[in-house]
Amino acid sequence: MERTWNNKAWFMVLPVLLLVAFSAVIPLMTVVNYSVQDTFGNNQFFWAGTDWFTEILHSDRFWAALGRNLLFSAIILTIEIPLGILIALNMPKKGLGVPVCLVLMSLPLLIPWNVVGTIWQVFGRVDIGLLGFTLKALGFDYNYVNDVFDAWVTLIVMDVWHWTSLVVLLCYAGLVSIPEAYYQAAKIDGASRWAVFRHIQLPKMKRVLLIAFLLRFMDSFMIYTEPFVVTGGGPGNSTTFLSIDLVKMAIGQFDLGPAAAMSIIYFLIILLLSWIFYTVMTSSDDQA
Amino acid sequence: MARINLEHIRHAYGEKPKSEADYALKEVHHEWNDGGAYALLGPSGCGKTTLLNIISGLLQPSEGRILFDGRDVTELSTQQRNIAQVFQFPVIYDTMTVYDNLAFPLRNRHVPEAEVDRRVRETIDMIGLSGWADRKARRLTADQKQKISLGRGLVRNDVNAILFDEPLTVIDPHMKWVLRSQLKKLHRQFGFTMVYVTHDQTEALTFADKVVVMYDGQIVQIGTPAELFERPSHTFVGYFIGSPGMNLLPARIDGSTVSLGTDTITLDYQPKVAAGARTELGIRPEFVRLGREGMHVHVRKVEDIGRQKIVRAEFAGKSIAIVVPEDGEIPAEPRITFDPSAINIYADSWRVGREA
Repeated sequence: MERTWNNKAWFMVLPVLLLVAFSAVIPLMTVVNYSVQDTFGNNQFFWAGTDWFTEILHSDRFWAALGRNLLFSAIILTIEIPLGILIALNMPKKGLGVPVCLVLMSLPLLIPWNVVGTIWQVFGRVDIGLLGFTLKALGFDYNYVNDVFDAWVTLIVMDVWHWTSLVVLLCYAGLVSIPEAYYQAAKIDGASRWAVFRHIQLPKMKRVLLIAFLLRFMDSFMIYTEPFVVTGGGPGNSTTFLSIDLVKMAIGQFDLGPAAAMSIIYFLIILLLSWIFYTVMTSSDDQA
Repeated sequence: MARINLEHIRHAYGEKPKSEADYALKEVHHEWNDGGAYALLGPSGCGKTTLLNIISGLLQPSEGRILFDGRDVTELSTQQRNIAQVFQFPVIYDTMTVYDNLAFPLRNRHVPEAEVDRRVRETIDMIGLSGWADRKARRLTADQKQKISLGRGLVRNDVNAILFDEPLTVIDPHMKWVLRSQLKKLHRQFGFTMVYVTHDQTEALTFADKVVVMYDGQIVQIGTPAELFERPSHTFVGYFIGSPGMNLLPARIDGSTVSLGTDTITLDYQPKVAAGARTELGIRPEFVRLGREGMHVHVRKVEDIGRQKIVRAEFAGKSIAIVVPEDGEIPAEPRITFDPSAINIYADSWRVGREA
């Protein structure tokens, strides 16, 4: 078949190209620019090469923060994905319960992130917070300001409260798209509840689960606002994630070069991990 | 395989049915023979799928009992009834191979793996998918998927009946024919009780020994294809079966004399018609003779459909269809006569036989 070539088509993508350039490419390149130079203000720049990258990659502070990030993402994913599936499986499929559940599920997602942080910051305080006060009254030695474990538990519970809904909504969308005949056929084939889940519901939810998994991974890996509001990275550095460390370095210490190098490494890690997850999780699709 | 008895089954989807109109399925009371091939035929919304789901146990009837070989199964679940069902859209387990799909119902019932293997291999040959055993089921075409749905029923050799809910809807026309004849062959070979829901009369008539015609939530006739064609017991059957359907003409009946407008016909029997009943004469287009004798008609148009012609005409103020052979002539002043043995008389839509 003859293919027609028309270079005018390029003009059609020009607006998008410009938009992306101004919103993403140019800011990213300025970061790249900072990461390979040193500056003392006055718009004076000195070539630094890969020095900043070497420095970051050899700093314990960076690896410690990265470790915390990975641990945090791993924990919330192991809680939120199964919990989200479980809730979605038990949500009503018809009747008045559907809109009620959907609205309830959407509520946490509609709250601005720093407000979520503030809610939990207050909620967990042992002097005036309902949760903190109750726990203390019940005899638990709970204090997220001093105790590392309590701080982590607070952040994890907060994230689960805030974001499990997203997994639920995505899974629910996958579940309601399964035709009734599948369940009827499974009944006729004598399938157990587990077999129905394993062979009908899970395969049909696979795609939305992949999206939920990636979104939750990326978001949790980039978490900033909530720990910043609740713990401010403490006690000590125990909840200082990469993003919090990055802001401290760039704005607190004004080390623009190392901070830029760190941003790029941070970005590449997220890109790489997301790509690995995506590839692994979609590879089974291509088997004949 | 089993004999199925439906005893005074009624079903309403609403909570508390008040009037007859609330019932999606009005009273059904019948016995279906072991090893028979039955087709439930009727337009959408006539209750045929409701009846099928009641038999399979996916639906509990509001009233009545179901018996398999004399045993009451009304309260039993689908699993306990041991029924196989093939749905309108092929249901396959996406992540499994063809082999595992067929093995699934057996493994769920904890059949020993050696027995599973033997039966699955047998079934794969039966449905003509040999060589496909290790393929992922998701990659197959619609008709192959539907064969797997059927195979999952056949693999359980002890099922009481296999139910089909419009199984050929999504299949290409030429594959429909192939699948239908394969199904018929399998039925002849293994003799399972089959109930087949369809709205396609060709499918029903070619497939089944007995066709159950449903209309507005009730069974209007159960009969062989020939019976449905020659002696439709309800005007709906006359209209629904056959292409074009039966001509129905309002008639006045007095003893053995039938008046159609200004014309009269004398029957060789006296239909017993209750006073005040709405009476009609039914005659299939195939049994109307067009010629130079008989009653006047006014020809409106002629449709040539290949082997024959369908003449659309006006007779006694009503439109009437007449089937004329391809080489049959249409006279300038046409008249019609009815084949006396093919005349059916209906009172309030139900047939009044000479036996009545």
